[in-house]
Amino acid sequence: MYSFNYVRPSSVAEAVKALNGGNFLSGGMTLLPSLKMRLARPETLVDLAGIAELTGITIEGDRLCIGAMTRHSDVASSADIQRVLPALAELAGGIGDPLVRNRGTIGGSIANSDPSADYPAAAVALDATIVTDRREIPASSFFTGLFTTALQAGELVTRIKFPMIKRAAYAKFPSPASRYAMVGVMVVDTGKGVRVAVTGAGPCVFRQEAFEKALDQNFAPQAIDGIVVSAEGLNQDLFGTPEYRANLISVMTRRAVAAVQARR
Amino acid sequence: MGIAVAMVVNGRNVTAEVDERTLLVEFLRRDLRLTGTHVGCDTSQCGACVVHVDGRAIKSCTMLAVQAAGSAVTTIEGLGSGTQLHAVQEAFRNCHGLQCGYCTPGMIMTAVELLKRNPNPSEHQIREGLEGNICRCTGYHNIVKAIASAAKVLQATAAA
Ligand SMILES: Cc1cc2nc3c(=O)[nH]c(=O)nc-3n(C[C@H](O)[C@H](O)[C@H](O)COP(=O)(O)OP(=O)(O)OC[C@H]3O[C@@H](n4cnc5c(N)ncnc54)[C@H](O)[C@@H]3O)c2cc1C
Ligand code: FES
Ligand code: FES
Repeated sequence: MYSFNYVRPSSVAEAVKALNGGNFLSGGMTLLPSLKMRLARPETLVDLAGIAELTGITIEGDRLCIGAMTRHSDVASSADIQRVLPALAELAGGIGDPLVRNRGTIGGSIANSDPSADYPAAAVALDATIVTDRREIPASSFFTGLFTTALQAGELVTRIKFPMIKRAAYAKFPSPASRYAMVGVMVVDTGKGVRVAVTGAGPCVFRQEAFEKALDQNFAPQAIDGIVVSAEGLNQDLFGTPEYRANLISVMTRRAVAAVQARR
Repeated sequence: MGIAVAMVVNGRNVTAEVDERTLLVEFLRRDLRLTGTHVGCDTSQCGACVVHVDGRAIKSCTMLAVQAAGSAVTTIEGLGSGTQLHAVQEAFRNCHGLQCGYCTPGMIMTAVELLKRNPNPSEHQIREGLEGNICRCTGYHNIVKAIASAAKVLQATAAA
C-alpha cells in the first residue's frame, strides 16, 4: 500500500470537503484489496464510518430508504426490508460470505459498479433512486459502464430509495470461488409492467427488454422460451464464455420468475 | 508518521501509534503479539484472520487498525477464560474439527458469531455460514459436526 492521509469525519459536508481527490472508504472490501495491490494511490482516505446520517433503514411514504453505510448483513436481517421488499433482503444475504456482508455496504457496492456485483441489478430492475450529497440520480442513468457511474468527482452517495414491491425476486448463479455473480437476474412485476435487469453478464448491469415484453404478455417461466439471447459483448473470463453467460441469463430469469410466482 | 489509536482488545484497553497503512491483523499479531489470529491469504478470501469487531465477525486482513479505533475487538485468545475453553473451542477438540489448525481460529470466531445469530442452525445453514472460511485439511465434515455439537451445548447451558 502507498501511504495516505486517513480522516474520519462526522458529517457528509465535512467528508466531501476532506476528500480532496482521494477516496471515500466505506466497507473497504473492494478498496482495501485494490490498495494492497497498489492499483490506486489516493492521497486521502475519508472513512465514512463515523457519519451517523449515512446509516439507517427507514420507510418514507411509498419508499424504502437505505443509508449508504448500511452493511449487507443489516439489509439481509432487517425485518422491515424482509416485509416490504423481501427480494432485496434475499439478495443482500447472498453477497459474498458472512464476513464480507458484515463489512461491505450498499453505498460502496453501488458506487463501485462492479460488473459482477448484485445490488446494481436490484437498483435498475426496481428503478431505485441514488441520492447523493448534491442531487438524486435515477438508477436507469447511474450505471454507465465497467466500474463507472454517473457520479462526479467527489460526489458522495448518501442513500438509496427503493419502491416497495413484493412481487420481485433475484436469482444468481454465483461463481463457486468468489461468490460474485457469474450471472444474476432481478425480475420485478411492478403491476404496470415487468422489469428484468441482468448483472454479471456484461460490462455493467443492463435490462433485458425482449424478456420484459414476453413477461408482460404472460408472467410465467416458459414465456421466454425461444427468445435467443445474443452473446455479443458479454463477458469472457476463466469461468465462462459469453455463450455460457447468455444461456445463464435465460436460466436465471426463469428461476426468478418462478420465485416471484411463489410469493404471496 | 503515526496515528494514535485506542481500542479495547479482549477486554483490555490498548493505545498505540500506528502507521495508517497497518492492517488490523498486523496490529494484533505484531504490535500486541496476539498471534492466534492467522493470515492465510491476505486477499480477503480465506477467513484465517477472522476476529470480532464490536461483536461482528470480520476479516482483519481487510480492515485498517485505524478503522478499529474506538471499537472492541475480540480475538481467539479472548474467547475462553484462560483456564476454560469456550464451548465452540471445546467442541472442535472433541469432534476432531481440526488437523493442522491453521484455519481454526478463524473458523471458531466465525462459528461463534453464527451461533449468536442463529442458535439452532441446520447443517445447511452451518455450511453456508462457513462460506468465507477455507480449510485445506479437514474436508469440513468435522468442523460442521463441531459447530452443531457446540450449538447443543450452548443451548443446554442457556436453558439451565
Ligand atoms: C471475498 C469477497 C466476495 C465478494 N462477493 C460479492 C458478491 O457476491 N456480490 C457483490 O455484489 N459483491 C461482492 N463483494 C464486494 C462487496 O460487496 C463490497 O462490499 C462492495 O463491492 C464494495 O462495498 P464497500 O462498502 O466494501 O466499499 P469500499 O471498498 O469501501 O469502496 C468501493 C469504492 O466505492 C467508493 N465509495 C464507497 N462508498 C461510497 C459512497 N458512499 N459514495 C461514493 N463513493 C463511495 C470508494 O471510494 C471505492 O472506490 C465481495 C467482496 C469480497 C472481498
Ligand atoms: S488472511 Fe484475511 S481472509 Fe485470508
Ligand atoms: S485444519 Fe488445516 S487448514 Fe483447516
